[in-house]
Amino acid sequence: MTVDERVPVLEVRGVTKTFPGVIANEDVDLVLHHGEIHCLLGENGAGKSTLVNTVFGLYQPDAGSIHVRGEQVRFGGVSDAIDAGIGMVHQHFQLIPVFTVAENVILGNEVTSGPFLDLNAARERITELGTRYGLKVDPDAKVGDLSVGEQQRVELVKALFREADILILDEPTAVLTPGEVDDFFSVVRSLVDQGKSIVFITHKLREVLTVADRITVLRGGRVAGTADPSSATQQSLANLMVGRDVVFQVEKGESAPAEVRIAIDGMSVEDDRGVLTVNELSLKVRAGEIFGVAGVEGNGQRELVEAVAGMRPKVGGHVELLGRNATKLSPREITELGVAHIPEDRGKHGVVGAYSIADNVVLNRYHHRPFSRRFIRDRQAIASEAETLVERFDVRTPGVDVPIQNLSGGNQQKVIVARELSGQPGAILVAQPTRGLDIGSIEFIHNQIIALRDEGAAVLLVSAELDEILSLSDRIGVLYRGRLVGVFDTAETSREQLGYLMATGAASDAEASVV
Amino acid sequence: MTGAGVDEVAEQTGTVTSDVGATGRRRLGRRQITGVLFAVLGVILIVAVAPSITSETKSFAFESPPDPLQFSFSPPTLIVAVGVLYLLSAVAAFSPQRFDGWAGRLHLFSAISAVPLIMAIALGLSGSSSTNVTNLLDESLVLATPVALGAMTGLWCERSGIINIGIEGMMLASAGVGFMSFALLGAASSVAWLWVAVLVAILTGGLLALLLAVLSINFGINQIVAGVVINLFALGLTGFLRSEVIVPNGNSKGLSTTEFGVPLLSRLPILGETLFQGKPIHYAMYAVVGLTWLVMFRTAWGLRVRSCGENPHAAETLGIDVITVRYQAVVVGGFIAGMAGAWFSLESQSGFEDNMTNSAGFIALAALIFGKWTPWGAFAGALLFGFARALGSRLQFLQVEIGGFGIPSEFFQSLPFVVTIVVVAGALGRSIAPAAEGQPFRRSK
Repeated sequence: MTVDERVPVLEVRGVTKTFPGVIANEDVDLVLHHGEIHCLLGENGAGKSTLVNTVFGLYQPDAGSIHVRGEQVRFGGVSDAIDAGIGMVHQHFQLIPVFTVAENVILGNEVTSGPFLDLNAARERITELGTRYGLKVDPDAKVGDLSVGEQQRVELVKALFREADILILDEPTAVLTPGEVDDFFSVVRSLVDQGKSIVFITHKLREVLTVADRITVLRGGRVAGTADPSSATQQSLANLMVGRDVVFQVEKGESAPAEVRIAIDGMSVEDDRGVLTVNELSLKVRAGEIFGVAGVEGNGQRELVEAVAGMRPKVGGHVELLGRNATKLSPREITELGVAHIPEDRGKHGVVGAYSIADNVVLNRYHHRPFSRRFIRDRQAIASEAETLVERFDVRTPGVDVPIQNLSGGNQQKVIVARELSGQPGAILVAQPTRGLDIGSIEFIHNQIIALRDEGAAVLLVSAELDEILSLSDRIGVLYRGRLVGVFDTAETSREQLGYLMATGAASDAEASVV
Repeated sequence: MTGAGVDEVAEQTGTVTSDVGATGRRRLGRRQITGVLFAVLGVILIVAVAPSITSETKSFAFESPPDPLQFSFSPPTLIVAVGVLYLLSAVAAFSPQRFDGWAGRLHLFSAISAVPLIMAIALGLSGSSSTNVTNLLDESLVLATPVALGAMTGLWCERSGIINIGIEGMMLASAGVGFMSFALLGAASSVAWLWVAVLVAILTGGLLALLLAVLSINFGINQIVAGVVINLFALGLTGFLRSEVIVPNGNSKGLSTTEFGVPLLSRLPILGETLFQGKPIHYAMYAVVGLTWLVMFRTAWGLRVRSCGENPHAAETLGIDVITVRYQAVVVGGFIAGMAGAWFSLESQSGFEDNMTNSAGFIALAALIFGKWTPWGAFAGALLFGFARALGSRLQFLQVEIGGFGIPSEFFQSLPFVVTIVVVAGALGRSIAPAAEGQPFRRSK
C-alpha cells in the first residue's frame, strides 16, 4: 500500500454519541497523521473510551463521520474496523485466560491448513512479530498465567497479527508498574519507527509529555483543546483537562491536635496465609491531625487498616477508638462508634456494584432513622439524602438510581467518600483514597479529608503515593515489614529520608521520634 | 488425558494443603481426607470382610461360553490385596508434597480397583462360581451410549456459554416424536422408514435446542429456567403423543436398528465382541465423541465456540458474531440429543414409553462435569455411569446372601455410586466450568 503521508491516516469529524441520559461525545474532532503518537487526554468519564470504541466499530456514532486514509468509512462492526487496519488494546484486556497466547492471537482471524487450525504457522508468526517489535511472548503459555505486562504484549501482538497500522491504546499504562511503563514506551516508539500510527489514551500528564507528538484534550465529551508537547506544561494540560486551575500542592493550615482518638498498642495481625504481617505495632492519632503511613506496598498496610476497622482478627495487642476498647468489636460496632473507613479495595469492600447509588450511600446507616422505620426502608428519605450528597460531593451521574458499577472509578470513590465523611465521623481510616483517579477527583477528595481534619476528626491515612502522604499528613510513620520504623513531623522530614527508610527499614542518620 | 488430569489434581491439592486458616491452624486437604477414607476401608476389608468370605475358588469369565477364557482366584486373597492397596494409598496421602503426583495416581488406581473388589465380594457371597466380565463390559458400553451423547449435547451448549439442563427433555421429545413418525409413516415395517424416523428424531432435538437458544439468547431468560421449561414441555408433549397418536395408531411396537459386526475384528478374543459388534447409534456415539473433540479443539469454529463460552466480549472485539456462534453450537448439541432420543425408542427398544429416558439427561450433565467439560473426560464419565448400571443389574442377578439373608439388590446398586462420589470428590479434583456460562450476552451498540 502506498502511503501519502500528508493525508491523515485517521480523521474523526464532528462525532456525537449519546447513551440514555448521557452525552458521551459531542462534536469531537481528531486527526491522526502517519507515524505519529497522538495522545487523547482527559479525566475519567471525559468520553475518551467512548470515542475510540466508536472509531473501532463497537459503537455507531449518532452524528459525524470517520475517515481512514482520506476515505469516509462506516463500520457496521468490529470486523470492518479490523479490515480497515485499525487495532485496539482495550483498557480491560479482552483475553481468554484459559486459552494459550497463540489461540488468543488467532481467534477471529484463524490460520488454518485444510479444516484444521494451523497452530505451528501461528506460533511462527507470533515469534516473528515479537522479534520485529520487541514484544516477546511465549505462544504456548496460558494467558491466565502471564503477568499483566505480558498480557498487554499479547494484546499488542493480537492487533499487529491483524496487520493493523492504526493502533488505539486505551489507558495502556494504568495497569503497569513503573518499570513496565518504561519498557512499554520503548515498544511504542519502535512501533512508530516502523510506520504505525498510534492513538494513546491516558490521564497521566507526565506520560503525555514524554511520548506524545500531538495532544487532544477531552473534557465532558467535547474537545477542550489541542496542544503541542514542546510548548505544553503539566500545568497547562491540567487546566485544559479540568477546566480551571489545578492546585498541585494541597493547601492546609496548621493542625491543632487534641485528645487521642485512635490508639493502637502492640497490635499484631496475620495475613490471609497466616503470616505475621503487622508486628506489635503501636501508634496514636489525635483529634485534628492526619497521621500518614508511608511504606512500600505489602509491608502490612492492608492488614493494619483492616484490623483497626474490625474486618480482620488481631492475634495480639489492643486498639482503642474514640476512647472505647475496640479490640474485639465488629466492623458495624466500630462504624456505630463514629469511625469512618474508606477501604483500599473499592469494588470489594467499598461498594455493592449492582446496587444503586442511593443504596450505596446509606450502606452504613440504612438501618437507622430516617432511612428506615422499624423494618421498612424509607426509599424517599434515602433518595433525597443521595441527591443531596451527589450534589455536594460532585458525583457525575445521570441519576441516583443508576447501579454504581456503571460509574467511573473516580465517581464511585466520591460516593464512598460521601457516605463515609458526611456522617461527621470522629475518626477516619483512609486507605489508598485516590488510587486510579483523575486529577479533579484527587483534588476534591484531598480537600474533603483536610476539611474533616479541621473540624476535629482524627485521620489515619495509608497510601502508596509518597506525594499524597507528604502533602496531606501532619505526622508520618514509615511502615516496614509490619513495624513502624520511624515517625516524623511532616515539616521535619524529606522525601529522601522517607524513601530511604521505606526501602531499607533503617534510619540513615535521622533521629526517629518513636511515639 | 488421565495422566494430565492427575498432575492437575496434584497441583490443586498442593495449594489446598498449604492453605492455612486465618486462625493459623493447618487444615486437612482433600487428599488427606480421601486418604483417611481409604485407610478405614482398607482395615475393614482386611479385618472384617476377607475372613468372612468363602475361600472357594471363583472366576471371572471373558468371552462367551462354551469355552471362555477364565481368570480364577480366591476371593479373600483378592480382597486382602485391594485392602493393602488402600492402606498404601492412605500412607501416600500423608507423604511429603513432592510425592503428590504419585499419591494422585495411586488414588485413581485404588478407585478403579473398587470394580473387581465389588465383583469379587459379590461373587464370594453368592452361590455362583463365575461371572462373565465380557458381557458386563458390553452392557456398560451400550448403557453408556445415551449418557455419552447427552454429555456431548451439554458440552456443545455449555462450551458456547449456554447452560443446558434441558438435555433430558430434548432426548425424551426426540424419542417420542421419532418413534411416532416411524409408527405413522412406515407402518412399522420397512428398514428405510426406520432411518427416516431416526432423522426425524435428530431434527426434533435440533428444534428443541432452537427453542432453548431463542429463550436464552434472544430473550435472555435465565437458562436454568429455560431448560426446566423444555423438560416439562417434553414430558407433557410425549405423554400426549403416546396416548393420542401412537397407541390409537396401533403400531406401538416396531423394528429397531439391528446389530452388526465389523468383519474380522469382531472375532478377536476377549474384546472382539465387546468393541466390534453392536448397533449403529451406539457406534455413531463413538464418532460423535471423536468429532466433538476434533471440531471443538482443532478447528477455527471450535475455537470460536469456546471463546464465546469463556469471554464473549473479547470474542466480540475480534469481530466474532457471538450470537450466531451460540445458536450454531446449541443446535448442534440438539441434533446430538436427538440421536440419543433415537437410541431409546428406535435402537435400545422399539417403542415409546412415558418418561423412557429415565433421567439419562441429568446423568449426562453429571458425566460432563465429571469430565471437566472435555469430550474424553465426559465419555469416561458416561462409561462409569454405564458400568454402574450394568453392574447393578448383574449383582441383582447373582443373588448375594450373607448367612442365609439375601442382601437387597439396591444395596449393591448403590455401591457404584458411592465409588463415583469418592472418585469425583477425592481423586479428580475440582472441575471448572466455562467462565461465561449462563451469562446472557448483549451486543454493543
